[in-house]
Amino acid sequence: MSYADYTLGDPIADTAAPDGPIETRWERRRFGVRLVNPANKRKLHVIVVGTGLAGGSAAATLAELGYRVSAFCYQDSPRRAHSIAAQGGINAAKNYRNDGDSVYRLFYDTVKGGDFRARESNVHRLAEISRQIIDQCVAQGVPFAREYGGLLDNRSFGGAQVSRTFYARGQTGQQLLLGAYQALERQVDAGGVTMYPRHEMLELIVVDGHARGIVARDLITGETRSHLADAVVLASGGYGNVFFLSTNAKGCNVTASWRAHRKGALFANPCFTQIHPTCILVSGDHQSKLTLMSESLRNDGRVWVPLRKGDDRDPNAIPEAERDYFLERQYPAFGNLVPRDIASRAAKNVCDEGRGVGPGGLGVFLDFAEVIDRLGRPAVEAKYGNLFQMYQRITGEDPYRVPMRIYPAVHYTMGGLWVDYDLQSTIPGLFVVGEANFSDHGANRLGASALMQGLADGYFVLPTTIGDYLARVGHEPVDRDHPAVLEAEADVAQRIDTLLSINGSRTVDSFHRELGHLMWEHCGMERTEAGLRKALDRIPELRKEFWEDVRVPGTGVELNQSLERAGRVGDFFELAELMCLDALHRNESCGGHFRAESQTPDGEAARDDEHFSYAAAWEFTGRGEAPVLHKEDLTFEYVAPTQRSYK
Amino acid sequence: MRLHLKVWRQHDADDRGAMRSYDVDDASPDMSFLELLDVLNEKLTTEGEEPVAFDHDCREGICGACSMVIDGQPHGPEKATTTCQLHLRHFRDGDTITVEPFRAGSFPVVKDLVVDRSAFDRIIAAGGYVSAPTGSAPDAHAVPVPKDQADRAFTAAACIGCGACVAACPNGSASLFLGAKITHLGELPQGQPERDSRVLAMVAEHDAAGFGGCTNTGECADACPKEIPLDVISQLNRDYLAARRSRRRSA
Amino acid sequence: MPSVVLKYVMAASGAAMLLYLVLHMLGNLKIFFGAGALDAYSAWLRTLLEPAVPYSGVLWVIRVVLTVALVAHVWSAIVLARRARAARPVRYTHRPPVQGSYAARTMRWGGVIIALFVVYHLLDLTTGTLNPIGVHGEVYDNVAADFAPSHWYATIFYVLAVVTVGIHVRHGLWSGLQTFGRSNARTQRALKTFALVFAALLVAGFLAVPFAVTFGLV
Repeated sequence: MSYADYTLGDPIADTAAPDGPIETRWERRRFGVRLVNPANKRKLHVIVVGTGLAGGSAAATLAELGYRVSAFCYQDSPRRAHSIAAQGGINAAKNYRNDGDSVYRLFYDTVKGGDFRARESNVHRLAEISRQIIDQCVAQGVPFAREYGGLLDNRSFGGAQVSRTFYARGQTGQQLLLGAYQALERQVDAGGVTMYPRHEMLELIVVDGHARGIVARDLITGETRSHLADAVVLASGGYGNVFFLSTNAKGCNVTASWRAHRKGALFANPCFTQIHPTCILVSGDHQSKLTLMSESLRNDGRVWVPLRKGDDRDPNAIPEAERDYFLERQYPAFGNLVPRDIASRAAKNVCDEGRGVGPGGLGVFLDFAEVIDRLGRPAVEAKYGNLFQMYQRITGEDPYRVPMRIYPAVHYTMGGLWVDYDLQSTIPGLFVVGEANFSDHGANRLGASALMQGLADGYFVLPTTIGDYLARVGHEPVDRDHPAVLEAEADVAQRIDTLLSINGSRTVDSFHRELGHLMWEHCGMERTEAGLRKALDRIPELRKEFWEDVRVPGTGVELNQSLERAGRVGDFFELAELMCLDALHRNESCGGHFRAESQTPDGEAARDDEHFSYAAAWEFTGRGEAPVLHKEDLTFEYVAPTQRSYK
Repeated sequence: MRLHLKVWRQHDADDRGAMRSYDVDDASPDMSFLELLDVLNEKLTTEGEEPVAFDHDCREGICGACSMVIDGQPHGPEKATTTCQLHLRHFRDGDTITVEPFRAGSFPVVKDLVVDRSAFDRIIAAGGYVSAPTGSAPDAHAVPVPKDQADRAFTAAACIGCGACVAACPNGSASLFLGAKITHLGELPQGQPERDSRVLAMVAEHDAAGFGGCTNTGECADACPKEIPLDVISQLNRDYLAARRSRRRSA
Repeated sequence: MPSVVLKYVMAASGAAMLLYLVLHMLGNLKIFFGAGALDAYSAWLRTLLEPAVPYSGVLWVIRVVLTVALVAHVWSAIVLARRARAARPVRYTHRPPVQGSYAARTMRWGGVIIALFVVYHLLDLTTGTLNPIGVHGEVYDNVAADFAPSHWYATIFYVLAVVTVGIHVRHGLWSGLQTFGRSNARTQRALKTFALVFAALLVAGFLAVPFAVTFGLV
C-alpha cells in the first residue's frame, strides 16, 4: 500500500469550546475551567518549548501565575526567536480610529480571509483578546508608533478597509518580542522560570497517554537529557523551512512538532502555507534564505512585467505601452493591493509565460517611479526609507532609480498540530500555541495577524486553559527510569548515532536544498495532481538516499551544527511527504492552497465547500506508511461562506 | 571571485585556538558574508574537515545572532550592517579577509566563531523590564506618550543585543547595550516607577559580568549595526546619578 | 566600585584640574604686561586673603585640592584600565585603529606623559631645581631662562607636553560632559565642537608664553 492510499479514521471534534452565542463562549469557558489552588501552583511544573511571541509570553505568564516553568530555545538567547523578524504590525479591534471596526468585524475579516477553513469559536476569541494584547504590550513599554497627540497610531494593512494595525516602524515583531522577553527574564530573575537556551527538544515523553516531558539536547555539550513535568507546551513555530528557501530563520524547524506528531498528536492542514508576494529575488545557487520586503510597499509601488517575452532591456528604457501592470489589469478594483495569495500567483503566472525579469526570469518589477514623481523623493524616503535602504544593501541596486525586482517566497505556515479550543493537542497535557498550531488562520493568514495570535495564545488563552488540565489530572511525579522515559532517551541516542555513523558523501544542506526545490516546484504556489504524485514518488527516494549517504562530520558530544541540521532535515523529509499528501487529497483551491484542477473559468481559486469544509487532521502510522485522516467538520453559524472576489 | 579567508578555529572553550587559512575560489559578489561561510563549510565537509561553527539565524539583520569580527570590525566594514547583510560586492577579488569571534572576557568563545553572550540576558533579567504582569494593564490610551519620547524610546529599543558594541569597545564595556535599554524604558511613562532601581541593578550586573567601564571612545556607536546613538550612555550616566541621589535621600 | 561611579570620580577630578589649568593659563598671560606684572602676580598669589589666612595659605589649599584630584584621577584611570584589560583577555589578531578619535585612544598614554611633564614642570618652575636660574620669586627671569633660544630642548618638550594636554582636554572635557549626562543627540556635535575650541584656546594660551620668549617678543 502506498503512502498516498491513506485511510479515513473517525471524525474528530473540538469538545472544549462551549456552544451558544459566540460572543460569550470565551467568557463561559473561562468560568468553566477548574482553578488550581494558588498554593499548589508552585508544585506544578510546565515545560515550554520555544521562546517566540507565543512561548515567551506563555512562559512569563505561567510563572507570574505561580507555576514552575522550564523554557527551552535552540537560540543562544530567548530574544532571538524568529518572531523578532515580523515587520508590519499587529491587528487589534480597538476601533481607536472610529472607522467602524469592532471585535465582530475583525472576527469576520479573519474567517473570510482564512477562506472559511478556520474555526469560528477560536477566531472570535482571538478578535476579543486582540484589544487586551495592545494594553498589555503598552504597559510593558513596547514603543508603538504614536501621533503628535501622544496616542497610538494605526495603519491599514494587507487590504483591510479599517485602520486597525498597530506598529513600531518596520520592527513590530522585534518590539513585541522584546516585551515578552523582558517579562520572561523578569521571571528568570524571580526564580519562576528556568531558562534552557541552546537546547533543542528531540523527543516528547508520553506516560500513560499524557505528555509528561521532553528529551532535549544541550547544543553546547551535546548531552541529551530528559526533562519531566506536569504538562508540555509547544511554541516551536512554523515549518516553512521545509522549502529550504523561505523567509524563516535558518534554524526554524518542525522537529518539536514532528516528534509530538509521531507520538500521537494529529497534524492538521499541513499543506496550508502562505507565500508572500514581495520578497527579494534569489540571486544564485548560493542563496541561503529569502528576505521579505514589507507588504506596505504595494500601497505605492506598481507591479509590472514587460509585455513581450524575454525583453531584457533596462526597465527604464521600456516605454509605458510595452509594460503590463498585470495586477491592475486583472483586478481593477483592488489593483496592486490584492491579498497575498492572489498577488503571488499572478506573479508566478506571468513568469511562467516567460515574461519574468532577473536571474532565471523569476521576478517582477515593483516600480516607485510614479509615486516619486507624484510626491517627490523626500516623501517617499520618509515613508519607505529604511526598506529602500535594506533593498539596496542586499541587491546593490538603487530602488529610487530602477524598479525593485521581487518574487513570492514561503513566509508562514497556517497548518500545524491540531488543537482544541483549549489549545490542547490530541495528546492530553500537550498544548500547542502560536504558529505551531493550526487553529486560527484557516487556509490563509491576514497580514498583521500572526503576532496577534501568538500573543493571544501565550498571554491569555493558554495560561487559563492549561490550569483546567492541571487541576483535573493531579499527576504523580514520573520516575526518571520509567520505561517511557528510557525509551524516549534511547530513541534520541539512536537517531544521533545513526546520523553520525552514515558517513556518506553528501552534505545535509545539499539534501535540504534538493528537498526544498522539489517542494517549491510541486507543493508551492500552484499544485497539480500530477506534480504532487511526482513529489510523493521522489520524496521517499530522496529520504532513503539521505539516510544512506548523508555526511555529518564531528561527534555528538560537542557543538555540532551539521548534526543539528541533519536531525531537522530528517524530520522535514517526513513532513514534506505529509504536506504533499494533504495537498493531493484536498482537491479544491482555498487560501494559500491552489490546485490547478480547481479554478474558475477566469483562473481564480474555486473552493469546494461541499466536500472540503473540514480541517484535515492526520495521524502518524510510521515513516513512509499511509497515515490516517481524521476530519474535523467546520460549521459556519455566523459568517456565511462566500467566494472571495477582488476583481 | 577568489577570496582568502583567515578564520579563528577553536575546538571548544578550553582549546587555545588559532587562525587558519582557507581559500574560496567560487565566491560571487551577490553572496552574503554568511553564504560565503556556507560555501566554505560545504567544501570543508565534503573534504572531511570540520566546518566552521558560527552563530546565525534570521539572516535579515534583526535577530542579532551573528557575532564575528571581519577585518578587525564587528560585522565587517559596512556601516549599519550586520554580518548577514554584508555582501561580498564590498570586497575585491583576491582580498584576504580575517574573521574572528567577538572578543570579550564576558563573551567566552564556545567554538570557532560562536561566543556565549548570556551575560546580556542576565543584565536584562537584573532589571531591564517593566513589571507589568499579564492582565494588569490599563487601556493602551490611558497614558498618552509624547511622540518625540516614543520615537526616542524606539530608537534605543532597536538594539538587537548582538554585542558588537562590546566587541568594538577598547574597554570591553557593554555601556551602549545598557544605555539603550535604560533609555528605551526611561523615556516612557510606563518605565518610570522602576527607573531608579532598574539602572542601579543593571549597572551592578554589568560590572559583575566583567564588562569594562566606558571611557566614551565612541567605538561602540560606530560599530552598532542599528546605529544606537552614543547619547544613550549619557542618559545612563544621568539616570545612574539621579538614582544614587534619590537612594541617598530615602536612606 | 561601579564603573559608572569611577567615571564620575574621573570627571569631577578632571574638572577640578581643568579649572586650575584655565586660571594658570590666564595667570601666565601676565607676562605680556611686563616682567613686573608677572612677578607681582606671583607674589599676590601668596599674600592672597592675608591676614585671614596665613602667607601662601590659598596656594597650599589649591595644592592639596589638586593633589587629591590628581590621585583620584589616576586611581580611577588605573582601576578602569585594569578592568578593561580583564574584560578582553584575548586580543584581536587583527584590529586596525578605527573610528574613535585619536584623542580618545591616547587618553591613558597621554595621561602618563602629562604626569611626567608635571613632575618636570614642578622641579623646573616651582622648586627651581631644574631651572637654569631657579631663583625663588624671580618668575619672569626663570621663565625667560627656560625658553631662551639656547635652551631650545626644554621649549620643545614644553610645547609637546602642552599639545598633549590639549588633546587630553579635548576628549576629557567632552567625555566629562557625557559622563554627567549633559550630552544628547541634539547637543552632541555642539559639545564636541565646544571641547575642541576650548582645548585649542587653552593650548594657544599656554604656548603664547614660550613662543613670545623664544622669539623675543617680551
